[in-house]
Amino acid sequence: MATDDHHHQHGSELSDMQLRVRALETVLVEKGYIDPAALDLIIEAYETKVGPHNGARVVARAWRDAAFRQALLEDGSKAVRTMGHESRVGDHLVVVENTPQQHNMVVCTLCSCYPWEVLGLPPVWYKSAPYRSRAVKDPRGVLADFGVKLPKETQIRVWDSTAETRFLVLPMQPAGTEGLSEDELAALVTRDCMIGTGLPKQPERQAAGVR
Amino acid sequence: MDGIHDMGGMDGFGKVVPEPNEPPFHAPWEGRVLAMQRALGYAGTWQIDISRAAQERLPPQVYLKVSYYQRWELAMESNLIERGFAGADEIAAGHALREGKPLKRKLTASVVREGMTRGSFFRQAQAPARFKPGDRVRTRNIHPLTHTRLPRYARGRVGVIERAHGCHAFPDAVATDKGDNPQWLYTVVFDGRELWGPEADAGVKVSIDAFEPYLDPA
Repeated sequence: MATDDHHHQHGSELSDMQLRVRALETVLVEKGYIDPAALDLIIEAYETKVGPHNGARVVARAWRDAAFRQALLEDGSKAVRTMGHESRVGDHLVVVENTPQQHNMVVCTLCSCYPWEVLGLPPVWYKSAPYRSRAVKDPRGVLADFGVKLPKETQIRVWDSTAETRFLVLPMQPAGTEGLSEDELAALVTRDCMIGTGLPKQPERQAAGVR
Repeated sequence: MDGIHDMGGMDGFGKVVPEPNEPPFHAPWEGRVLAMQRALGYAGTWQIDISRAAQERLPPQVYLKVSYYQRWELAMESNLIERGFAGADEIAAGHALREGKPLKRKLTASVVREGMTRGSFFRQAQAPARFKPGDRVRTRNIHPLTHTRLPRYARGRVGVIERAHGCHAFPDAVATDKGDNPQWLYTVVFDGRELWGPEADAGVKVSIDAFEPYLDPA
């Protein structure tokens, strides 16, 4: 393994890793274990198809459709499965709802468990030591790192993803967005607000005003 | 194991630094590592808990120094070698020197969608569930030297069963090649002060998903 005393993401190390991974892939292909064409498709799917836009669509639908919202909170996997995502949802998705009384935040203190099916690959910060160490002990401090300040009376509930259950936060719908379409609502839903480290965007005044 | 990976509640790592407009991968090799791991999993080489356990066994100074996908790559190399799928000599040479082991199946382009579907961890129950939502439980004070999902900060603590998730494969058993040994899984919620002491924020609750063998009635 390459070692760099300053920082692990220096360019020289990246090229060392590029060589090391290429050598490993060659071994696995020659042994008949893997097909490089399949690897290309997996990478392409994560680069272009599977991402937080999938989750944003789920949230937007839940905001507009009370029956879907109810179904989503009762059985997240079943409700999301009806939406036909590229990376098809497994059996263990749980959707947790923010309310004025309770804000939810998701972490995996042991590694990086994350609802990939609906949010894509987890960001580096989610897998980093600062987030994993502090989210369960000082969630308000972590929210401050994200520029989020909640009312003092709002309880914070942290969900540590220690098993195969995956959690998606259903944020509160921003005020004044009741007439918006599913597309317009989805555009307000950020990745971070579905992890619980952010809040949905506010609609631009003009856009909301037209309705 | 009580390793560096079990970070919940540690101090000193500093602020969380989000990266604006973060790309899915920061270098092409990261995507190759992720996709290779997916392909090997689909082929039936080893379960995901065995990958996780191999990462946790990295020396703490290595674990903290390398990047996320480097950990995946190091764990993959260890498992390939330890489980007889490739030799250290082959990995060093960058070429196969011997025939591969026969595998259950192979992830090809035509089945990639199937390969990207998350597997189910539900298993047939071996016994009735011991707890139900509302029950008070105390987590056990255990320190296995192998993979476990009971984080240190939540050992020996009293909480309440909030949700029951059915019966699941038990990672502690899977990671040590003892089979699925299915166990009931529950969300257990703790008051922040139970975990962090009376001075802690009274407005915080933390839950873990706990397998039944981690729990006693309280």
